[in-house]
Amino acid sequence: MAEPWEDDELEGPVRKFMYVNRRAPYGTIYALESLEVVLIAAAFEQDVTLVFMDDGVYQIKKEQNTEAIGVKNFSPTYRALEGYDVEKLYVEKESLESRGLTTEDLVVPVQIVDKDQLAELMEEQEVILSF
Amino acid sequence: MPMLHTVNKSPFERRTLDTALRHAVKGSAILLIEDGVYAAFDGTVVAEKVKAALADHKIYVLGPDVTARGMTEHHVIDGLEVVDYGGFVDLVTEYDKVQSWL
Amino acid sequence: MKLSVLVNEGPYQHQSADSALMFTKAALEKGHEVMRVFFYHDGVNVGTRLAIPPQDDRNITEQWTALAKEHDLDLVICIAAAQRRGIIDENEAKRQGKDSDNLAPGFRISGLGQLIEAGIQSERMVIFGD
Repeated sequence: MAEPWEDDELEGPVRKFMYVNRRAPYGTIYALESLEVVLIAAAFEQDVTLVFMDDGVYQIKKEQNTEAIGVKNFSPTYRALEGYDVEKLYVEKESLESRGLTTEDLVVPVQIVDKDQLAELMEEQEVILSF
Repeated sequence: MPMLHTVNKSPFERRTLDTALRHAVKGSAILLIEDGVYAAFDGTVVAEKVKAALADHKIYVLGPDVTARGMTEHHVIDGLEVVDYGGFVDLVTEYDKVQSWL
Repeated sequence: MKLSVLVNEGPYQHQSADSALMFTKAALEKGHEVMRVFFYHDGVNVGTRLAIPPQDDRNITEQWTALAKEHDLDLVICIAAAQRRGIIDENEAKRQGKDSDNLAPGFRISGLGQLIEAGIQSERMVIFGD
């Protein structure tokens, strides 16, 4: 009889989850609270993809300094995602370029996709969470 | 079966409809709900864009949100299908998954 | 089919809580199973027992309480979002030394894991938000 840790049946289903981030940080709470979902969700070992598009690309902009607005700077947390096995980070090319940004401006390594590639990626998912 | 995209923002308030359409593959469907139903009415500056989208997508609009906002089915662009909440549920189960564009 | 619903906005401020209620009702009427309704962001404010909306308008919280009772629905308020916004049950109030609690009947407070579990186990997840 297999030991519990050898029994694959215990792991449960693995579904493809996508978290779609479209909002800038700080002006609203969506960026912070969606990141909290991703961190908690990591324990469930699902197949996770994070997408940053529209103003969501601003969430991972380098050099955020929030001291003068009196709120917590949570951008360092994106660097911790790798440690949580959340490694599939995608940024939409058009969103980045229209905001005058490049990957050099971002705090984490990401994969750039254009809108059509992103549309296909979205179709591959099983659960899409928007905040 | 591709996905169902819901859009709940007025096209005059936010670019949500544009974003959804840009990321909707051919054969996926759009459902306009809440303030999103304003995109469903003919005679607006976005009507042509919505009509053009019909080439690649079925587009639905939530009837209760239409009548709440003082419009009727007669105002809805030809080719868009009006559904009630039951129809909303049917669409959710008919398509593979739902992406809610907020 | 097994469905789950996520409500991201508070009552009255946005139509989300109403649309979600109408959708959930319609799904139940069609014989579908609604595994869970999860309330996140300002959606946790749907779970307050203390709202006094005008008499001639709907009481959103009570509508959800009634629907939950009729169909044995699992209405879950996210604990992290609830703590931020001051939606608190009796146990949490005692634990945190607060002088009161305000969670409405039919709702329970739990972790974000409940949302992920709903995503894993449901066949469809529909999100209502701003």
